[in-house]
Amino acid sequence: MPANAFNGQTDYGIGLGLRVPHYVHILEKKPDVAWFEIISENFMCGGGRPLEVLDRIMEQYRVVQHGVSLYFGSADKPDREHLRRLKALVKRTHTPWLSDHLCWGSVDGTYTHDLLPMPYTFAAARTTAAKIRMVRDFLEVPICVENVSSYAEFHASEMTEWEFLSEVVELADCGILLDVNNIYVSSRNHGFNPYDYLDHVPHHRVGQMHIAGHTKFEKYILDTHDHPVLDPVWKLYAHATRRCGVTATLLEWDDRIPSFDEVHAEALKANEFIADAKNARKKPAPPRPRAA
Amino acid sequence: MRKTPGKNPPRRAPARPDSARALLAFQRLMHGALVRPLAPGDRMQSRWTDGRPMAEVVAEFIKPNDRLTSFDRLEIYNRMYWFRIIDSFYDDNPGLRAALGDRKFNRLALAYLAKHPSRSFTLRNLCVQLEAFIRREPRWTAPHTALALDLARFEWAQTVAFDEAAQPVLTAAEVGRADPARLRLDLQPYVTLLALRHPVDTYMLAVKKRDSLRSEASNATASARPAGRTRKVPRPRRERIWVAVHRVDNRLYYKRLEAPAFRILTALRAGRPLARAVAAAGRGVTPAQVQDWFALWMQLGWICRRK
Repeated sequence: MPANAFNGQTDYGIGLGLRVPHYVHILEKKPDVAWFEIISENFMCGGGRPLEVLDRIMEQYRVVQHGVSLYFGSADKPDREHLRRLKALVKRTHTPWLSDHLCWGSVDGTYTHDLLPMPYTFAAARTTAAKIRMVRDFLEVPICVENVSSYAEFHASEMTEWEFLSEVVELADCGILLDVNNIYVSSRNHGFNPYDYLDHVPHHRVGQMHIAGHTKFEKYILDTHDHPVLDPVWKLYAHATRRCGVTATLLEWDDRIPSFDEVHAEALKANEFIADAKNARKKPAPPRPRAA
Repeated sequence: MRKTPGKNPPRRAPARPDSARALLAFQRLMHGALVRPLAPGDRMQSRWTDGRPMAEVVAEFIKPNDRLTSFDRLEIYNRMYWFRIIDSFYDDNPGLRAALGDRKFNRLALAYLAKHPSRSFTLRNLCVQLEAFIRREPRWTAPHTALALDLARFEWAQTVAFDEAAQPVLTAAEVGRADPARLRLDLQPYVTLLALRHPVDTYMLAVKKRDSLRSEASNATASARPAGRTRKVPRPRRERIWVAVHRVDNRLYYKRLEAPAFRILTALRAGRPLARAVAAAGRGVTPAQVQDWFALWMQLGWICRRK
């Protein structure tokens, strides 16, 4: 959806992840970028260069916060100091929405710094949704939860991943950051049809999308964010855009990061698919592509 | 009291995590498995804590697929966990690595990370316990433990200087108006004072110079774990030094201090009134010297009001 309650009624277009190797280029050349996504944890500090850079970026650009450590699915209660710092950053950036992952990653106060898959049970959905509501109420900002890539499935699961995502966001009444690359990666690792996933999530709750590259190994695919976006992911993105509408989209490129211009050009390829999706919405729906 | 991390994960996963409590038990088991140290060849350990085959334990809660066993699937996470935190440890401690050599440094990393997994939402704090760990378990750094301690403290001080908060600085006029017998000043939280037994400041510069030359020569980006042997930077000989690790305009600096100046700053940080802090400098220090030091510290923005 172009603008909805889950992305603060904004229509941001195509953005880029703000990464250290590009700081100098961005600050000196001031390229024309619709918005930057920042990793919240990189700026939840007391001062120094990170906050100086952030303030200078905010003089020129809109930023949206994306987190990697709220761990909505962890059975642990949220850490108060973490939330206090996060809220201070929310106040600084005026982020129209805040995203983090539908996963767990900490136990008893010990952090894995990974995005671990959930057992897809109704109890886990309830626990997770309650935590999302609590965090949203504390931070006072709309929240979108992102589907993660995964390499394991659990016997305990009672539903598919997309049913679990839908259950959580309905219970929490929150938005979705739909990571199209993650859907593709998980579909290959677990053998489901990614178009089933896209067709069955609540489209009206999608506040943002992610696209990224991945790496194929012999027996599985890893979500590495170190490549351009691959064709099957672009096709999924086109389908997602047809189903959800043109939505704020961000390219993630986190490793082996090339020049700013190269990353930006890759992100702007999304425009082609957005245009196609706009045209397609005026015509009858095309047949659904088959899974790769 | 909180459960000690990494110890005694449950023996089995609950058949169905159908409550918040069961979810916690499920997560404790999986967490316990994926933070266990890797076996040789970067493989997951073949036995669980109770001696059962790991493949059997994992198969109880993780599904296999047509390409990977349950064991293989959990092993992906087990490996990613260790690679991630080891990389972070390498990134944070280039000087310690240069001083110990790759093999010893890697052993230290594994021993430290097994005892001190991350307790923070950010990996920035991963090495906060390293100095204490080296003191407690010197066998990992022997016979260079004194140097290793100096380097661990120095490298942590850089993390602090990079992004710790800054307080409003005090002006000379504000200090001048106050009664020195009662005035208590403080140092910026990002300034760390170190009394060291080795000149690790110059050593770190030599390590950085070597690494930048190597990077230019190979036209490679910086990597935490570069392949191949690297030219050794001679370890520094013992020499007492006093250093402040700080920042100016958000750039990191190290500043050597004279011993009396170090004592004054340490006393200020400890909360002594200005007059007593100055007296801590000891004999042989002239008022002009003290005045010059304060002028410089004020200029660097180190002095702030005590909260």
